[in-house]
Amino acid sequence: MPSFVMVEKCDGCKAQDKTACQYICPNDLMTLDREKMKAFNQEPDQCWECYNCVKICPQQAIEIRGYADFFPLGASVIPMRGQDAIMWTIKFRSGAIKRFKFPIRLTPEGYWKAENIYEGLPEPDYSKIKGPGYFNYEARKE
Amino acid sequence: MEKETCTFSYCQKPEVVVVDTDFLIIGGGMAACGAAFEAARWATPKGLKVTMVDKAATDRSGAVAMGLSAINTYIGENKVEDYVRYVRADLMGIIREDLVFDLGRHVDNSVHMFEEWGLPIWKKSDDGWSLDGFQARDQGKPKLKDGGVPCRSGKWQIMINGESYKVIVAEAGKAALEYNRKALNIPQNHFERVFIVKLIKDAKEPDRVAGAVGFSVRENKVYVFKAKAILNASGGAVNVFRPRSTREGQGRAWYPVWNSGSGYYLGMSVGAEMTMMENRFVPARFKDGYGPVGAWFLFFKAKATDALGADYCAKDTAEFQDAVKKYGKWAEALGTAIRNHLMMQAMKQGRGPILMNTHTAMQELAKQMDAKRLKHLEAEAWEDFLDMCISQAGLWAATNTEPDKSPSEIMPTEPYLLGSHAGCAGFWVSGPGDIPGAPAEWFWGYNRMSTVKGLFMAGDIVGASGHKFSSGSHAEGRIAAKAAIAFILDNPNYTPELAANIDELVAEMYLPFEIYEKYKTYSTDPTVNPYYIRPNMYQARLQKIADEYFGGISTWYMTSKTMIEEGLRKLQLLKEDAARLAASNLHELLRCWENYHRALSLEAHARHILFREESRYPGYYYRGDFDFVDDNNWRAFVNSVYDPATDTFTLKKVPYVQIIPD
Repeated sequence: MPSFVMVEKCDGCKAQDKTACQYICPNDLMTLDREKMKAFNQEPDQCWECYNCVKICPQQAIEIRGYADFFPLGASVIPMRGQDAIMWTIKFRSGAIKRFKFPIRLTPEGYWKAENIYEGLPEPDYSKIKGPGYFNYEARKE
Repeated sequence: MEKETCTFSYCQKPEVVVVDTDFLIIGGGMAACGAAFEAARWATPKGLKVTMVDKAATDRSGAVAMGLSAINTYIGENKVEDYVRYVRADLMGIIREDLVFDLGRHVDNSVHMFEEWGLPIWKKSDDGWSLDGFQARDQGKPKLKDGGVPCRSGKWQIMINGESYKVIVAEAGKAALEYNRKALNIPQNHFERVFIVKLIKDAKEPDRVAGAVGFSVRENKVYVFKAKAILNASGGAVNVFRPRSTREGQGRAWYPVWNSGSGYYLGMSVGAEMTMMENRFVPARFKDGYGPVGAWFLFFKAKATDALGADYCAKDTAEFQDAVKKYGKWAEALGTAIRNHLMMQAMKQGRGPILMNTHTAMQELAKQMDAKRLKHLEAEAWEDFLDMCISQAGLWAATNTEPDKSPSEIMPTEPYLLGSHAGCAGFWVSGPGDIPGAPAEWFWGYNRMSTVKGLFMAGDIVGASGHKFSSGSHAEGRIAAKAAIAFILDNPNYTPELAANIDELVAEMYLPFEIYEKYKTYSTDPTVNPYYIRPNMYQARLQKIADEYFGGISTWYMTSKTMIEEGLRKLQLLKEDAARLAASNLHELLRCWENYHRALSLEAHARHILFREESRYPGYYYRGDFDFVDDNNWRAFVNSVYDPATDTFTLKKVPYVQIIPD
């Protein structure tokens, strides 16, 4: 189901250094109309519905409307992605609602940097560079 | 039609940025992030630069961009040899056992690192139920590396809370690049939104790769990368075949729609040898939404039946007996391809729709649980979709489907070309060289190096070694990266020199702009114009050829010599028309090149199917003229080399070598 942007909510990420949805879309679909200063999905039939634009939008201006060739109208799936968990609200066509919350990570976002990524891990042993294993791991024998 | 060239008479000439590096990683997915993590550690103390170039944003690029609900390859308490046996059986008996064994002996460390970096992994509770990542942490369950017990959904699969799987793995990969960048004082070694179009060989050594060229999809810039070794980790090919969905829904491919065959094309552009390009994957998934079925089969123990309630895979049916007669012992094993085949038999007989009986599975499980556990179980079932295929959750909601009350349809999808999931189409690479029983000619010095010197492969485009999945792709990226650094250290005096004229490459890349700008005003609507073809219609034509001639959904995956030959004639005309692709903006320029990459990937696929005179993968494709498995003649690899100078393929049979006994 392709993403759509709600006119009232989208502010074109004016206050940010980049347009969030345009930055994140893995398929280069989200783009900014510079005249209107509103984002839109420029190629809805190539949308994988990965929800990355929905999850990243600081204004919660993006939702998904099911692919019109096989989705009946009236349902919605809305995420709220926090620091360590995500909340999902699923609204059925019948009006029934389900809510779920799932963990997403156990370290703070942005925790890994140049300074700590190899912390506590062994130095590479160049005598083993042509054998099996990694710098920090001897390959299993069986 | 007259050949057009780009002289920048109509479109603006881009700025050319030249980047000198030592190790270049093309791609940003699991394999590429694994490569960055391993490479930076080996390269940095030696002063070697590591650079990554990704066509998207690495936090959410590649096949894991949405997330995943399981890690499908974790060896753990099992034996690596058994992993090889499982992969061999599922891929109908033809795999590079040295590569698969090598993968199996490394992969667990990547999973351990994911957990270290913060990926929540489900654990077994003391009474045998499942704990999510928070519960496991709060109950002080140890990590996998310290003996923690994962929740296995199948023998090789473990369940995770994987919404941010890729974000976490990307963060580690980016931190590794930053480590290299800071230590060596490099201004930039991570390029996002730069699409690599082709690889370039070395001017002095014709069997060696020296660089890669591409363009920014954000600004008017062309990039030329020069490197001493290159890792191609840019994914398989999706939307090559006409999809089942029409119009809007064609973006809802099962595999990520942005995997555009670039991984195959990049290797082909320098003549790297391929293997098993006849292989494809046709997953059976929840109909239309393409939601995953693995957890339903393995974790919730749901059964799939025809609409009348019969098990279409039962061994006492005429259909199964017929499959064994035609496809031999591989049918007996009831691998993924054969289960597809039997499902299709039922559908063709009008016994559809095929149903995944989620309701009976949930009702069965509910008998063993109290209300609290039941609620947890329901969340687990929905999380499976919400982590990795959100539209399937949406489709259930839109059709008022409650999985504990009613079954859902499943159906085989359109074909995909890939080598990390349950497929094995890709390049012929050097093995590790230390696996007893592997032929000497399967090792040419550097693990995962292709037949082109200095060009390494990982992930979806390594051939004959499927069932790596996300963790295995990461692990393979690390294996390849380590070997690439060894290669660079062994060749200290090498300086890359491109065997190409940069101005000509720039003109070639921007030709679709020139064509569009030159002709767009000829017709009142620039969409329909006799002088060019737009990239979306190029894709439509490609998909129609693939579907109708090479065994897509419209023929129930059936093809033959005569059909493939006719399809290849039509594909040749399409390839010629690539010189008339037109782009009105950078996004369309990306699409033009992606679809050209798809076209060449498809041609390799078709030519391999034509060469192999049997139906090795019933349920994925059939040769109507050779509708059987012929182990005596064809339990062998099919390898090919594409020559870009003459636009021709050379194919050959390579003997199978079994390393791990049955």
